Formats: sequence, C-alpha cells, structure tokens
Amino acid sequence: MSAADLSVLQRPNDRLRRRRVVNRGMELLAWLAAAIAVAILGVVVWSVAKRGASELNLDLLTKPRVPFALPGQPAGGLANAFVGTLVMVGLATLMALPVGILIAIYVNEFAPRAIRRGLGLVLDILNGVPAIVVGIFVFGLIVATHGQSGFAGGFALAVLMLPLVARSTIEVLLLVPGSLREASLGLGVARWRTTLGIVLPQAIGGIVTGAVLAVARVAGETAPLLFASSVGVSNSADWNPTHPLQSVPVAIFELSDTGVKSDVAQAWAGAFVLLMFILVTSLTARWLATRSRRKLQRAAR
Amino acid sequence: MSTYDATGNATRRPFSGRRVRAGDLILQGVAGAAALGAVVLVGLIVYKVVQGARLSFSTFGLGFLTTTGWDPVHQQFGAANFLFGTIVTSFGALLLATPLALGIALFLTELAPRWIRAPVTALVETLAAIPSVVMGLWGIIVLAPVLQDHVMPALHSALGFIPLFGPSTTGASIFTAIVVLTIMILPIISSVSRELFLGVPGELKEAALGLGATRWEMVRGVIFPYARGGVASAMILGLGRALGEAIAVFYVIGAFNGKISWNLFGPGNTIGAWLASEYSNSGSKLETSSLFYLGVILLVFSLLVNFLAQVIVRRVSRRQGLSVL
Amino acid sequence: MSVSSTIENAVRVEMKRQPMPPRERLEQVFDVQDLTATYGSKPALKNVSMEIHKNLVTAIIGPSGCGKSTYIRCFNRMNDLVPSFSQTGTIRYHGQDIAAKDVDPVAVRRTIGMVFQRPNPFPKSIHDNVAWGLKVLGMKDNLSDRVEKALTQAALWDEVKDRLKQSALGLSGGQQQRLCIARALAVEPDVVLMDEPASALDPIATQAIEQLLHELKSEYSFVIVTHNMQQAARVADMTAFFSISRGGEGHRWGELIEYDATEKIFTAPSDKRTEDYVTGRFG
Repeated sequence: MSAADLSVLQRPNDRLRRRRVVNRGMELLAWLAAAIAVAILGVVVWSVAKRGASELNLDLLTKPRVPFALPGQPAGGLANAFVGTLVMVGLATLMALPVGILIAIYVNEFAPRAIRRGLGLVLDILNGVPAIVVGIFVFGLIVATHGQSGFAGGFALAVLMLPLVARSTIEVLLLVPGSLREASLGLGVARWRTTLGIVLPQAIGGIVTGAVLAVARVAGETAPLLFASSVGVSNSADWNPTHPLQSVPVAIFELSDTGVKSDVAQAWAGAFVLLMFILVTSLTARWLATRSRRKLQRAAR
Repeated sequence: MSTYDATGNATRRPFSGRRVRAGDLILQGVAGAAALGAVVLVGLIVYKVVQGARLSFSTFGLGFLTTTGWDPVHQQFGAANFLFGTIVTSFGALLLATPLALGIALFLTELAPRWIRAPVTALVETLAAIPSVVMGLWGIIVLAPVLQDHVMPALHSALGFIPLFGPSTTGASIFTAIVVLTIMILPIISSVSRELFLGVPGELKEAALGLGATRWEMVRGVIFPYARGGVASAMILGLGRALGEAIAVFYVIGAFNGKISWNLFGPGNTIGAWLASEYSNSGSKLETSSLFYLGVILLVFSLLVNFLAQVIVRRVSRRQGLSVL
Repeated sequence: MSVSSTIENAVRVEMKRQPMPPRERLEQVFDVQDLTATYGSKPALKNVSMEIHKNLVTAIIGPSGCGKSTYIRCFNRMNDLVPSFSQTGTIRYHGQDIAAKDVDPVAVRRTIGMVFQRPNPFPKSIHDNVAWGLKVLGMKDNLSDRVEKALTQAALWDEVKDRLKQSALGLSGGQQQRLCIARALAVEPDVVLMDEPASALDPIATQAIEQLLHELKSEYSFVIVTHNMQQAARVADMTAFFSISRGGEGHRWGELIEYDATEKIFTAPSDKRTEDYVTGRFG
C-alpha cells in the first residue's frame, strides 16, 4: 500500500463514526434489555417478599383457615391449602411420572422413526394446551358427573406434568452413550434388562431433576384447579382426595379477592411461600441437572 | 465341550429356544401403551371440549365469534369482546417482548463477559418460573398503580392523538395486561433465541467481522438472517403462551364486558380471564356450553400455534440444510 | 517374493509363540459360507467363506472400510441392532446356523462374547462390572470366586483386588479394557470376539492385552479385528486379509482375499494384493 492509502485508515471519516455510534447504541440497548429483565425479576421477588414475609409464621402452615376473622382475632393459617397442594401434586406425580418415563422409553428404545416424530408432535401439542383448557377438560370429563375432588385436581395437574416429564426423560435417555447398551447386549443380556438395568439407572439423575422441575411448575398452577378442586373445600387440613381440596394457588386467588385486609395479607404470605418454593426448587434442580449432564458427558468420553 | 461330537458339530442345538423374549415384549407393550395413552389423551381433550361446546355452537354458530356481550338474563352469549382482548393483549405482548428478548439473547451470546452469562441466563429463565397467580397479584397491586399514576398519563399526553392511547381510567387495563404478559413470555422467546444465536457458525461471524463490519452490523447481517426461522418459531411459542394465559391476565385486565374499545388504557377482557372468573358459574346449560365454546377457541389457537411452529421449523431446517452446503 | 524386513523381523521374533497344531487336529468352531452383508442397498461384504478353528487366535486385517467390523459383528448378531442390516449366506457355529429364524440372538451372545474398540465399563464398581452380568444371567453361585477368576484371567486381579468397590471409571484406559475382558470372560463364553481391542490404548497396555491372548487361547477361541499388521503378526495363528472391491454406483465392499497361517500371510502371501498390503505398499 502506498502512503496515501494508509492515511485513509488513519483519518476517521464520518461514515465510520456513524457506524460506530450505531453499534455502541445497539450494544447499550442489549445491556439495557438484560438489565431490565433482571430488574423485573428482582422487583417482583422483592415486592412479594416485602409484603409476604412479614406475615410469615409457622401458623400459616399449620393452622386451619378462619374465614371472616375479625381484627384482633388470630387469623388462622393456610394449612388446608398446603395439605391440599401436597396431596394433589403427589397424586399428579404418581400418575404422570411412570407414564412419562414409559413414554420416553418407548420413544427412545422401540419406536420407529415415523412414530417417534408423531409422538414428539403429540407431546408438543399436549404441552401447548393452555392450563385453563385442561381445567375445562377435566371439568367435562370428571367434575360434571362426579363433582370436584382432589383426584380430579391431581389428574388435571398430571395432564400438565406428563409432557414435561416425558420430554426431559427423552433428553436424558439420549445422553446415555450407545457403548453402554452395546456392552450389556454383547454380554448376552436381554434388551429389556439392558434398558431397565443399565440405561435407566444411568439416566436416573436427570429423570429426577426433570420430575422436580415439573413438580415446581404444576405446584403453582391455578387455572385447572379452579375447575377441578376449589368449591366447597374444608377450612382445616384435609387429606382425603375424594373431597375437593384447597390448594395454595387457589387460596391466593380467592383470598386476594375478598377485600378483607387480613385475607389479602395472607394471600401475600402464601404467594411468598409459593414463590420461594418454586424458585428454590427450580434453581436447585437446574443446578443438579447441569452437574449430572456433565457427569454423563464425561462418562461418554 | 461334551455337547460336540468328533467332527465339531453340536449334538444338541444350543441356541434354539424362544426367538423373542417375554421381557422384551412386556416392556415394549407397557411402554407402547403409555405412548398410546398420550395420543388418546390429546384426542380425549379435544373431544371433551368440543362435545361440551356443541350446544352453544349449534345455537350461535360462528356468529358467536362476532357477537359482543355475555347476557345470562337473555341467554345471549358472544365471544367478540373476549376474542378482541385476547388478540390485542397477546400480540401487544409479542410486540413488546420480542425486541427485549432478542436484546437479552444478544447480550448473553455476544456482549456479556463470560462470568456473567450463566447467572443472568438462569435469572431470565427464573422469570418464567413465577406462577401466574403471583404474577397477577403483583401486577394488580404493585404494577397497576405505577402504570396508572405515571406511565399511562404520560403516554396519553404524549401520544393521546392516537386512539390507542386514550384516557386512563383505571390501573387494571389492557395495557397493564400487555405489560404483564410481556414479562411472562419474555423468557421463552429469549431462551430459544439464545440457543439459536449460539448455533450460528463461528466462521460466518468471523467472516463478517474480518471484513470490517461492526458487531451490530455482523448481528444484523449474519446472526439475524441465519436465526430468522428459529426466532420466528420462538415468537410463535411466546404468542401461544400469551394466548392461553388466564390467571395473571384476570387480575390486571379489569373484567370489562362492554363495547369493544381500542383504548389500551381502558379495561378489557380476554377469553382466558373470563373463563377464570366463571369457574364457579352455575348458569344454564347454554351458558356452560358457551364457556366450553370459548375453550374450543383457545384450543384452536394452541393447535394453530403448534402447527405454525412445526411448519417454520421444517422450512428452516430445509433451508439451513442447503445453506450449509 | 520380496518382503519388508521389519515384518520379517517381527514374525521371527515372535516365533517363540507356540506353533499351531497340525491341520488335521484343528477343531472347527465357525464355518462361514458365502456370507454377504448389506446395509440397506449398500453392500458391506460379499461372498466371504472361511473356517475358524478352536483355541486359536484368528486375526482379521485389511484397510479401513473393508468391512472388518461388520464381519466380526456377524458372529454375535450385533448387526441386528442396525435396522437396515441384512445378510445372506450362513455362519455355522458348531454346525448350527446362528442367523437362523429360530435362533435367539441373546443366547448367541452369551456363548460368543465381545470386547469393543473403546473400553466401555458400566458406571458401577469394579466388582459389580464383572458381577452384574453373572447375576443377570443366573450364574450367582460362588459369585466372588467367579469374579476373582475372571479378573485373574484378565491379569487385573492384583491391581484391583484391594479396591473392588471403587468405580470402574477411575481406572486407566488399559485397565478398563482388561476389566471389559474380565467382564466378558466371567460369563464363560466359548469364543471371544475382539473389535480392535487395543486401538484406543497406549503401547504398554496393548502389550498387556496381547499377552492375555497368548495365555487364554488354550481356554477360549479368539477372533480379533486389527488394523495393526504387526499386532496380527505378533498374536494371531491364522490371519484373514480383506480388501476393498469397487463396483457400480460407486459402491465399495469388502472381500476375503487370503486366509492362511499368519506366517505364510506375512512371509509368502499367495495373492499380490495381500503382498502389497503387508509390505506397506498400499492400505
């Protein structure tokens, strides 16, 4: 290059300056976007914590609900909601977890390619059904004829859990290296024994974290429970799933609407507990999942 | 081995026996049944919701979608108001969330220092974990007053000539619902976009930067075109989430069933929010069936969203397969 | 015929291994007749016929892509796992066609074991790696004795006897491969197939494995695929040389070119293609 050309590089021209300004502007916007997202999370968690933590005490978890509590009277707690959520989420897990794992085994070990794609589509569809439509579905299927119950609530939550568990289990099973299957089959071990005795145990960590994430998701669901298990619930802790059971999200939903100040305060307290439970569970499960994925990848090497 | 004779041939056949093992059949059968169960479940959902809507559909037909007003007294039910609110809030949220989500995704893949990437990614995804009821409660008690007192009047005085930004009468409004939905769908669009951006081949990016392009020009010229299809499907997923959201919207939209108004700062209603408010409804069979009809509309939306996402993914992978050549 | 001096030296050095028993006293284990294997429409092997004999080490050598892995996997029905695979011709094990309709591939694999190219121990303890197969296949009696015997046969016992409960994944590559050999031997197969068992290992670990072959062939029959000619010269009694043939539509497949005593293959091969390969002129 001649000296004249080099000087062009050294002289900043307007066009380059403008491009640099635009670039800087865009970078700032991207930083801003990320900051906004983190700030929103912080604001929400902080607002809920501020309003809910002050109401937090052991009574909340253990005392039955006292409707129409007069100021000065002990406000009671949300024991019925916590117990109900425990029962219904437990039922949902019992229903959805084995079925989801079996679906994943079928997709991974047995299904021919066309069926595998078809089932993937079915799981996507199931995942995309809005929670409130699941509520209407369960209403039409069970509640219209048999009334509301903890079973109906558990079933509705199971419908929501199923695609989550199936998908995450499929992903984990795919991570199990083929060489392990080969090693077992090469010994003369039958296919079903290989799947249940080698592949599944290898994937169990990921399956559990997937299940925990799914549980965290459905524990906070309100819409389907409104239709399946919300009317006529007992004020004290009820463990019987044939009755309609109260749940934490529905309790928050109802309490925030009554207009009674202590009710709203309890709603915030319940919201705080629910939010904390979901956040802690989700973050822990995600952390464990990253760890176990790294372990599987190391074993595959 | 004693089972072989002098010439080395087997005196009995060591390998014969059951050609297919019972354990294999059982496992395949049970797992296959579970898979079939999922298919049956989807069919059942569609069947039950459609069946419940049949009475209303035969009474109102497709006019249900264009009639306003939910009148139990005269047994006249129409979805137009809810449909309008659903579409406006969902698309509004999509409009607001997409640039934010893309910005976040770009930040996480191109701009952020290494140590900040994992925590911020986790934080953004945690935003998605906030349950709707908490979001709704927060929205009406914390967010709505801020919007009502500061944001909406400011926007109204600046842009009031546009009918969208009319006078704000209440904190619970279509606009508040849009903001809440934006927060809720932001993580989905962001995390899918982030994965896509990570998948852009380094060589393409380096080629652009090597030519002297600024980082933003590289993003616009290489990353966005490459990830275009995937971002579209991410947006569709976000839209689907917004269309189906019921509880959070119920809290903040104002439950207004009157005439359809384009004023975003006024109250409104969506299908999901209305269904959530009617859960304890014990009205006539026609009214219940009309609620099912609303459910059918939501179901159709979710199926359409799924279908669109599949179409886009397929077209993207086909095009990508060629472009990688 | 001229021969590369290095190979001649290697063969001479290894002459100290036992000479093969005379042909008449060899017992046949496998009889392959006109085996042709295809994946979908693409042929992998064509018209392979050979006999494999008991208590010998038989090596399969040849350039990459000549179908050696496909061939060895025919012997224990492992190719069944690939949906597009099909074969014609027969492989008879002691007279019984192992690909026949009424034959259970799982039973085949119990008698004809396999060690793979990359060590693939189960993510279990060293003891359980060997014991699991025994438990599942119903050989639970004297479990610890069986485990010890297998590990001893694989020349691993002394190194691991004090840490049987530790994870197998903590062993070195060579140790892991010997563990896989122990695992395969524990279930008392008749034949052990080895698909390039030392290719992922360092020279010292390789030597240990080759030593095992010498010691164990009195109890088992080995078929080993190797891309390392010197290894074949060192360990094998019989060597089969495969090469690539080309045909229409750009198809390539493997064919058996020459199969004879190792000495003859490396010092006085009958086929020019064999000579070209073993002298390093191609492949």
